[in-house]
Amino acid sequence: MAKLTEKTELVQVRCKVNGDAYTGTAEPRTLLVYFLRDVLNLTGTHVGCDTGHCGACTVIMDGKTVKSCMVLAVQAEGASILTVEGLAKGENLHPIQEAFWENHGLQCGYCTPGMLMSALFLLQRNPNPTDEEIRRGIDGNLCRCTGYVNIVKSVKAAAKKMRGVEVTA
Amino acid sequence: MTPKKFAYFAPASLKEAIQLLRENEDAKVLAGGQSLIALMKLRLAAPAALVDITKTGDLLSYIREGKNDNLEVGALTTHDTLERSKIINKKFPILSDAASKIGDQQIRNRGTIGGSCCHADPAADLPTALTALEPEFAVRGVKGKRVIPQSEFFVDTFTTSIAKDEILTEIRIPHTPPKSGSAYIKHSRREGDFAIVGVGAVVTVGPKGVCRDVRVSLGAVAPTPIRAKSAERHLKGKTLDEGNIAEAAERANEEADPPSDMHGSRQYRLDMIRVFARRALNLALSRAR
Ligand SMILES: Cc1cc2nc3c(=O)[nH]c(=O)nc-3n(C[C@H](O)[C@H](O)[C@H](O)COP(=O)(O)OP(=O)(O)OC[C@H]3O[C@@H](n4cnc5c(N)ncnc54)[C@H](O)[C@@H]3O)c2cc1C
Ligand code: FES
Ligand code: FES
Repeated sequence: MAKLTEKTELVQVRCKVNGDAYTGTAEPRTLLVYFLRDVLNLTGTHVGCDTGHCGACTVIMDGKTVKSCMVLAVQAEGASILTVEGLAKGENLHPIQEAFWENHGLQCGYCTPGMLMSALFLLQRNPNPTDEEIRRGIDGNLCRCTGYVNIVKSVKAAAKKMRGVEVTA
Repeated sequence: MTPKKFAYFAPASLKEAIQLLRENEDAKVLAGGQSLIALMKLRLAAPAALVDITKTGDLLSYIREGKNDNLEVGALTTHDTLERSKIINKKFPILSDAASKIGDQQIRNRGTIGGSCCHADPAADLPTALTALEPEFAVRGVKGKRVIPQSEFFVDTFTTSIAKDEILTEIRIPHTPPKSGSAYIKHSRREGDFAIVGVGAVVTVGPKGVCRDVRVSLGAVAPTPIRAKSAERHLKGKTLDEGNIAEAAERANEEADPPSDMHGSRQYRLDMIRVFARRALNLALSRAR
C-alpha cells in the first residue's frame, strides 16, 4: 500500500463535463468547484458562501444537483457533470436561460448559474410544477437581489417552453 | 475554505474499506460528505485519510423487505430516495416526513441515512424519526458483522457505538402492526434549518379506538435523540381522543434536557416539545385510520 503522504499529493481526475472528456490533476482536498473553475477553466460556476448554504456552486453530477463546494474533485472521478456552460447550444440559449432573460429572473446574476441548474433538475422531474413546488425546488439556492418572485415566474415560463420538448443533460 | 491535507481512498469492496480503516490510524469513512466535508472545510475535523465507501461494488443503496417482518434500508440510501420512496411513504411516513425536511434538494441528493446516523447530530431529523421505530443497525468490521439495537446506537452528541474500523451497512426497521400511523414534525424558523425541536410519533390503534401502542421521540433536546416515555405511558391503554392526546403531550418534555442557544431558550424548547408532540401524535393517528 502506498504511503499516506504520497496519497495526499496531486492525483488525476477524469470526468466528463458538458459532454467533453477532461483529465486534470487535483489534491484530494481540492473541492469540485475549484477544480471546475481553476483547473478546467470553467468559471461559470460561482462560489458564494463556500459553506454549503447558498447554492451558487450548484452543478448537475450524474443527473442530480449537488453543491460543488461540498464535493471533492476526486469524488467526481468517472462522473458526468453539467455546468451552466453546457446549457446553451452555440448561439441558442437554453429555454430556461431564455425564460430568465425574458422574465427578469436575475439582477446581479451571481446566483443565476446555480439557480438555472436547480431549475433544470426540477423541470426534468416535474415538467409542470406549481409555484409552491418551484419554491421548494430552488430552496437550496439563495438570491440576494430578486426576492425570488421573478425567478419563480421564469421557471414557470421555462416549464411552458420545455413541456413536450426533450431535454438532454 | 480548503480542508487540511488528507489521503483519499476509493476501495472497490467493503472488505478493503474495513482493512483501510484498520491500517490507517485516524482514517474516516466518507459517505455523502454533507456533514464530514463541511466539518473538514471549517477544520473542525482533520482526518489523515478518507475511505470513500460510495464506489465499492457492494451496493448499499436499497430499500427492501427483510426476512423478519422488517424493512431493510441500505446505509447509502440518500435522503432524496427516502423522501420519494413509495414503500417508505406507505409504511413509514415518519421517515419521508423527516427526509423531506432535511436541508435542501442538493443536500438531500447527496446526504445518506447512514451518514446522518453515524454523524449523530442530536438535532438531525432521521435519527430522531428512527428512534420512534426502534430499528437495528447492522455493521461490518474486521471481526465480522454485528447488530446494534437502537437503544445502544446513539451514545452522546456526535458519538455512536460503532467502532472506528466498522462500517454501518444497513438499518432494519420492524414493521408496525395494522392500524398504525406515524409522523415526524420539525420545528425550525426557516425551511432547511436544523430543528429547534423535532418530534416523531408512532401510534397503533386497538379495539374501540384504544391506544394499543405509542412511541414518541424527541430531537435537539438532549445529547442524543430520546423517547418521551412518560407521555407514552400516559397514553397507552387510553382512548385516543383529543383530550387524552393533549394530556400525554403535556408530559412529553419530562425526559428532555434541552440547551439554550441562539435558536431558542431552554424554556422555549420545553414549551415547544408539548406543542409539537400533540401535533405529531394527532398526525400519526390520522394516518392510522
Ligand atoms: C447546508 C446543510 C444543511 C443541512 N440540514 C440538515 C437538516 O436540516 N437536518 C439534518 O438532519 N441534516 C442536515 N444536514 C446534514 C445532512 O443530513 C448530512 O447529509 C448527514 O448528516 C450526513 O450524511 P452523509 O452521507 O453526507 O455523511 P458524511 O458527511 O459522509 O459522514 C458523516 C459522518 O458519518 C460517518 N459515516 C458516514 N457513513 C458511514 C457508514 N456507513 N459507516 C460508518 N460511518 C459512516 C463519517 O465518517 C462521518 O463521521 C445539512 C447539511 C448541510 C450541508
Ligand atoms: S458556494 Fe457552495 S453552497 Fe455556497
Ligand atoms: S440576482 Fe443577484 S443574487 Fe440572485
